Amino acid sequence: MSVPRNWRLQQQRYRLIGEVCEGCGAKIFPPRDVCPECEAPAKTPFAFSGRGEVYSYSTIYHPPRGFEEFAPYTVALVKLEEGPMLTAQLTDVDADDVCIGMPVEMVTRKIQACGDSGAIIYGYKFRPSRFDPLPSG
Amino acid sequence: MRDVAIIGAGQVKIDEHWDVSLRHLAFKAVKAALADAGVAQVDALYVGNMLSGELAGQEHLGALVADFAGLRGIEALKVEAACGSGAAALRVGYVAVAGGLADIVVVVGVEKMTDMLGGDTTAALALAADGEYETSQGLSFVSVNALLMRRYMYEYNCTHQDFAPFAVNAHRNAVNNPYAMFRFPVTADRFVDAKMICDPINLLDSSPICDGAAAVVLAPAEMARSLNAAPVRIAASAIGTDALAIHDRRDPLVLDGGVISTRRAYEQAGVGPGDIDLFELHDAFSIMAALSLEAAGFAEKGQGVRLALDGEIGIDGKIPVATMGGLKGRGHPVGATGIYQIVEVVQQLRGLAGENQVKNARLGMAQNIGGSGATVVTHILERVE
Repeated sequence: MSVPRNWRLQQQRYRLIGEVCEGCGAKIFPPRDVCPECEAPAKTPFAFSGRGEVYSYSTIYHPPRGFEEFAPYTVALVKLEEGPMLTAQLTDVDADDVCIGMPVEMVTRKIQACGDSGAIIYGYKFRPSRFDPLPSG
Repeated sequence: MRDVAIIGAGQVKIDEHWDVSLRHLAFKAVKAALADAGVAQVDALYVGNMLSGELAGQEHLGALVADFAGLRGIEALKVEAACGSGAAALRVGYVAVAGGLADIVVVVGVEKMTDMLGGDTTAALALAADGEYETSQGLSFVSVNALLMRRYMYEYNCTHQDFAPFAVNAHRNAVNNPYAMFRFPVTADRFVDAKMICDPINLLDSSPICDGAAAVVLAPAEMARSLNAAPVRIAASAIGTDALAIHDRRDPLVLDGGVISTRRAYEQAGVGPGDIDLFELHDAFSIMAALSLEAAGFAEKGQGVRLALDGEIGIDGKIPVATMGGLKGRGHPVGATGIYQIVEVVQQLRGLAGENQVKNARLGMAQNIGGSGATVVTHILERVE
């Protein structure tokens, strides 16, 4: 992947910076400048907590070119606690232990290495949540 | 706007054509369609193709195919909408003829996928998904569909085996199609035991990587009768779109692009799902067949699999699908697929589908999907009495 293509996404890749809609308050990730809910301009940055749950998942045995070193790896649709969904790899977990609804949290991991002398791309992956909810009552 | 008819159709057998290049494949289909139409003069050529740059090392297909087909000088363009490129090119041809800007138009879909190795082809197909937020995370195109299938099974409490009728039906119909890649039947047992590709999608959920080309010739309906004995009218042509990434969809298990596309097509043709005699749907993966049946109004949400389990998708069923093998059995040369679907509907409406003939077929619908549902192109064809 080219350096500028990755560089300009650093706020999203490293910190999950999305947007909040000034019109309806919807939280938006990935950022898209126009709110998908109400079509108002959405330009106020919003940092997501990185917590969410697995909406769906699959394990890739035949990776696309450039991801061979990670195979097999598990990918998921993660529903963030603020509302939107994103797509990411799961990490620090055995594929057999993943289930729909599993709480997960964002971590920063190596996504891709562009050959021996190219850039190493870092970004978000999600692991089983280590955040213990406070006991109720 | 003028009424538009299809006056000729031609196709190349889908296969691994090691000995044939992309331009030859396209030419063979164009030649067959022009011969079927009985015309030699053409005003414009539109080429549906997704991956020629990535997999065949060639772009600029409009002029290339026009020149190679002996049509040098005419208007010619490539149209791209991922796996929906073929039908998208037909849409462009339809607009040209309906708008009175051209009379005789050839639309060819062509794809050459087998020249490259697996990882390259997998990476190329993933270009249909969102590059910044899906494929950059290592997603393959199969895995995008696997995410949908897993969630579908979870929400609607069905098993992987419940999807078997889609593959069984497609392969059964492909047996009688001389242009199909897989002319052999498969059983539900074999479906269940097939090699895992991307959990829960296995080999028999998936359409194959292959080469192919198919073409149709369009003309204004008022001219069609004098040009060809068996024209087929295009009763509707419509495109609907949605977000590329599944995570950006309103509901990942609803193909909103398909809902929009079919609603527009039904409105244009003045018909509803109950009037459609056969449906060439986009069964690139069995989950897409289920979601397509639901988006097109043949089944309620979550009931697409049930419709297939009830035996309603066979040639004699309520809504026959993949009547010549579909993407699963005939094959899925991505940018060509949309035109194969059209050629097959034309065969059905002309009564030339042989053992797979749907009785008294009058209205046939073809739906070609780009990506996992971001572009959905629907055409309804009508037999001309």
